[in-house]
This record gives sequence, C-alpha cells and structure tokens, in this order.
Amino acid sequence: MSALPRAAELGLIGCHVCGLTCRTVPGDDRLDGGGHGEEMACPRCGSVLHRRKPNSYARTWALLIAGFLLYIPANVLPIMRTASLNDIDDNTIISGVVELWVKGSPDLAVIVFTASIVVPMLKFLSMGLLLLSSQRGSGWARPQRAKLYRLVEFIGYWSMLDVFVVALLTALVRFSLLSRVEPLPGVIFFGLTVVLTMLASMSFDPRLIWDGRDTDD
Amino acid sequence: MSTTSPEALLICEHCDTVYRRRTLERGEVARCARCHAELERHHALSVNALLALILTAMIVFVQANMWPIVTLGLSGQYSGTTLWGMIITMWQQQAQVVAVLAAFTLFFFPMAKMLSLGWLLWFARRGRRAPGFVPLMVGLHYLGPWTMSEVFVLGALVAIVKAHNYFDVVADPGIYAYAALTLLITIFAGVDLRQLWELTPEDPA
Repeated sequence: MSALPRAAELGLIGCHVCGLTCRTVPGDDRLDGGGHGEEMACPRCGSVLHRRKPNSYARTWALLIAGFLLYIPANVLPIMRTASLNDIDDNTIISGVVELWVKGSPDLAVIVFTASIVVPMLKFLSMGLLLLSSQRGSGWARPQRAKLYRLVEFIGYWSMLDVFVVALLTALVRFSLLSRVEPLPGVIFFGLTVVLTMLASMSFDPRLIWDGRDTDD
Repeated sequence: MSTTSPEALLICEHCDTVYRRRTLERGEVARCARCHAELERHHALSVNALLALILTAMIVFVQANMWPIVTLGLSGQYSGTTLWGMIITMWQQQAQVVAVLAAFTLFFFPMAKMLSLGWLLWFARRGRRAPGFVPLMVGLHYLGPWTMSEVFVLGALVAIVKAHNYFDVVADPGIYAYAALTLLITIFAGVDLRQLWELTPEDPA
C-alpha cells in the first residue's frame, strides 16, 4: 500500500453526492460504473454509488463537441440588433467587445472578452487536454491538470455574462421608433454553448486524472 | 480497518485518496496531499449564523425581484425593467431559450436553494433533521453551480455602461438589492453544506 492509499484500493467508495465513505467488496466490478446487474446505493443519501462517474469519457466528449459546434454560430451570427430611426446595427460578441473598448470602457471590454471568448476557448482546450491525457493514462503534470480542472469548473458559469447583457438591454431599450434592441439567434447559441460546456465539465471525473499507470510515489 | 467507522475517514472528491479525519482548528483548511484540492475546512459560521444569513438573503432576493433594476431615459421617455420584465421580454422577442435559462438560473434555482436551506437550517438549529432532509440535501447538491445571480450583477453593470453612451441611466433600488445578494452568495460559497449530514443525527427509522 502506498503512502497515500486510494479508496478503490481499500475497497471504499466516497459517495459523489453526500461524501459518505462507503465500504464495498474490493474488486467488485458492479461498482466500476459498467452498469451490470444491481447497483449499490449510498446508505446515507440513497444515491447510486460509483467508483467513477459513469461513462465519463463518452459523455464529456459528446457534450464538449456539441458545445463547440454551437460555439461557431454563437460567434459568427449576431447576438443583438440595435435599431434607431435611421440606422440598424447588428452586433456579434466580438463587435460588442470592440464597441466597449472604443467607447471608453476598456476595463469592461476586457471583462466581457474574458467571459465570452477566453473562458469558453479555455474550456474547450482544457477539457480536450484533460480527456486526451487521462484516456492515455498519462502521468504527466497530474497536480497541474487537477488544478486546471478545478479552475475550469470554477469559472465556467461566468460565460453567461453576455447572455444577461443582451437580455437586460432588450428589456430596457424600448423607445418604439427612436431606439430598440432585439436579441438575435447568436445569443441563443451562445447560451446553449455555456450550458453544454458546464455539463461537460460536470460529467468529467477528475479521479480519472490519477488513474492509469501509477508513476507518482 | 474494520474498527474504523465511515465518519472517521475522508475521501478526496478529486482524486479518491483516503484520509483519516482530524478536528480542524479555527480558520484551518485541510488539503489533499496528492491533488491539493480542498478536503474540509473549519466551520466558522454556526447554524444560527447561517440561518440569519439565509433569512437576510431571502428578504434581499424578494426586493431584487420586485424593484426595477435600471431605468433608461431618452428625450423625456423612460423605460425600466425588473428581472421578470426582462424574462418576459426575451420570451416575446423569440429568444425563449434565453428566457427559460434566465428564469431558472436567476429565479427558480436561487429561490429553491434559499427555501430548502432555510428549511433545513431551521430544524438543524434544534439538532433535528427537517422533514424531507435527504431529498433536499441531494437536490441542493445537484443545484450546485446553476444559480447565477452574481453573473447577472456583472451583466447589469456591463449593460449600464453600454447604455450610458446613448441614454440617461438611472440605477434603481433593484440593482443595490442584487449587489447585497451577491455579497451574501459569496459568503455562502465558502460554506460546506455537507456538515449538515453530521450535525444532525439520523432519525430512528
């Protein structure tokens, strides 16, 4: 037994929902998330016990790829229309950032750019990296990869920022002919991208980073 | 191993490493030696303090939803909105997906979170498990990151700055209520609600 024993080696499972330590028969493959036969339930909260989140790789890949596909129209299509008497102006995510920058709020432009462009891209790249390296059982930079996952989980939902900005401006700028703001399809795609990437990072099991060939001491 | 009770062990949620639990000092945070994730932290706030904060959050939440958030002015016309005004407008403007997302992440989920926490803490004060304790605790776990009031506050700030170039902007009381709510949410973010499982003894079945 190594200095830092892992639950699976001791025949234990930590409930994913309530955190209770549960005892199992070591090597009982019913609890490996394979889904054969009867499942074991946590005695405290009644949730189904898994050593690892079930089908973590397949689910995470599917959600991540779906999120990425929707992220393309989210950026290409305009998210918001500003209409006034003599002018109709369609804004994409990036043109909204440029407008903020030019109109004298570079600090907010940086925040919106981070939330709408940097965070989603970081999520796609990081989750892709985590999936590939864990599927290969790589021992490379494990603590850093674990930290990267926690970062992705923590910042994920801030991407919803631009969706709320468009919604609020639509509700506020309602001056009949003089000035109006309308949401355009891009914002819907963007909202769905955020939800899908959040679901993707939730389906990934960070324990998988530490599985595979044991190269740490 | 057979002499160890399940409560005496702690399993890191991020890498599955098993630890023997020990009592934490004030302000102490236990971290996993393998992956450096947080295992457990000292509970600085008592159940009573948490209940007081939840009740405050509920009052502020009602105000944040009733009062208008911002009003814009353009050549003598004024236009303001509340959260629900925003949700309804998005629905009418063919952005039903956004309307539903906003309704859940800014209204239904935060409300469900506060009501269930208030209910659980009210009973936990007297060391008891509230009726429906287990399903509510499981529900709270799944609600996790799906409440986004704090993101909305930042969004409102960005919207105000964007509108400021073309309109007269009046910040309404709703935005201050939201700011206060964000502060309370931040305090709650550091609280591990799993402590409620251990604070309250299981009812004899």
